[in-house]
Amino acid sequence: MTTKVLILLGTKKGAFILESDAGRRRWQQKGPFCETWPLNHVKADPLTATIYGGGGNEWFGPAVWKSEDLGASWSHSSEGLAYREGEEPIKSVWSVAPAADRLYAGVEPAGLFRSDDHGQSWRHVAGLRDHPSRPHWQPGGAGLILHSLVPHPRDDRQLWVGISSAGVFHTADGGATWEPRNRGTRADYLPEEQRYPEYGQCVHCLVMAPSMPDRLYQQNHCGMYRSDDGGRRWESIEAGLPSSFGFPAAVHPREQGTLYLVPLNGDIAGRYVPDGQAAVWRTPDGGDSWQALREGLPQANVFFGVLRQAMATDRLEPAGVYFGTNSGALYASADEGDSWRCIAQHLPLITSVETLVLDA
Amino acid sequence: MPDDAPALMAPQVSVTLPTILLRLFPGSVRRLELPASTVAEVIDALDRRWPGMRDRLCDSTPRIRRHINVFVAGERATLETRLAPAAEVIIMTAISGG
Repeated sequence: MTTKVLILLGTKKGAFILESDAGRRRWQQKGPFCETWPLNHVKADPLTATIYGGGGNEWFGPAVWKSEDLGASWSHSSEGLAYREGEEPIKSVWSVAPAADRLYAGVEPAGLFRSDDHGQSWRHVAGLRDHPSRPHWQPGGAGLILHSLVPHPRDDRQLWVGISSAGVFHTADGGATWEPRNRGTRADYLPEEQRYPEYGQCVHCLVMAPSMPDRLYQQNHCGMYRSDDGGRRWESIEAGLPSSFGFPAAVHPREQGTLYLVPLNGDIAGRYVPDGQAAVWRTPDGGDSWQALREGLPQANVFFGVLRQAMATDRLEPAGVYFGTNSGALYASADEGDSWRCIAQHLPLITSVETLVLDA
Repeated sequence: MPDDAPALMAPQVSVTLPTILLRLFPGSVRRLELPASTVAEVIDALDRRWPGMRDRLCDSTPRIRRHINVFVAGERATLETRLAPAAEVIIMTAISGG
């Protein structure tokens, strides 16, 4: 049996795919795909190996691209991917998430869509934008975007979403009603007495521990947090990190306490790695302690950042960890982050990194 | 029923599509003639021939996308622009990108 490992990249100029075997030493790069459209998120359904790419083109608008042959051919659709006439039109798709028999898409301006036919057509999950907080949602630096989609692994009525900068919301009834889940997360950009609002926080990335749906992690504009009750209450886990600011977070495929981050030097300090030295930070214990992983990463004159969807792990043993930079470089570790190699460079700005492992 | 049935009584116009759009719709052609009395009817007819083409050219407002230009007789047009018999409709991409 030959295992195939794919790294799926969304970039500002199309999708790219890197392929290797289980050793993950040599990588073959293909792309750009999707007619060089800016793609914010490229992700595969692990059950069908169908690859989806969500994005938007300045000329032709938003769409979800799809490949059923591992990137050899692509089609696109935005049928039904629209708000009502007269509302601000959708600019782009920011995130895609296969979940059992359905596919979710998060868009800008923030909203949620669902496809029950593998991305051929879409319908608006209107309950989220019907939430009474909606008129108060404010855009973050990248716009008013729904960027994180976290389906419950066993209950298809439950879904968490992250919106910049409206915060985390949860539904337990398939999207009809939603509840803000932001208690304990800060909004440093509000007056001091308003810094822990019910909603309005700038969540940057929301992820779930493997097989543990009550445990969520979020990298926020203002801090790093863990929740052990599905987001009802968040605790800061930023002690020990060089910065409370960053974008991506990636969970280990099996260890519920292991998480990877790339802290940046600050929101108004340039948004690159602290001290110009690249490091991934790993916790083995849910954020109680942190370790900088630097072996193989450049340690001088580094001024890249890593965007919110641009880090991922694979499910192999030992786990692979990957991140792509806004300067177009892709770094990979085949040993759970202990050591790193640059496996691609000179790519366009990398917006997303995901993996697909095929046992065939 | 023919593809262009709703506009059978409309005048025949010629339409030119941008080549970059053709790459998104296999089988589409750069120049064609079809019956339409407004730009909106041109878009309708294109979408019937190549489903999804409307979404690439128009947003949900609905209006022609900001970075798509439609010229009729050399003038920038809107969806409401009326077409004379034998009008030439040229759809182009505007300057954009990055």
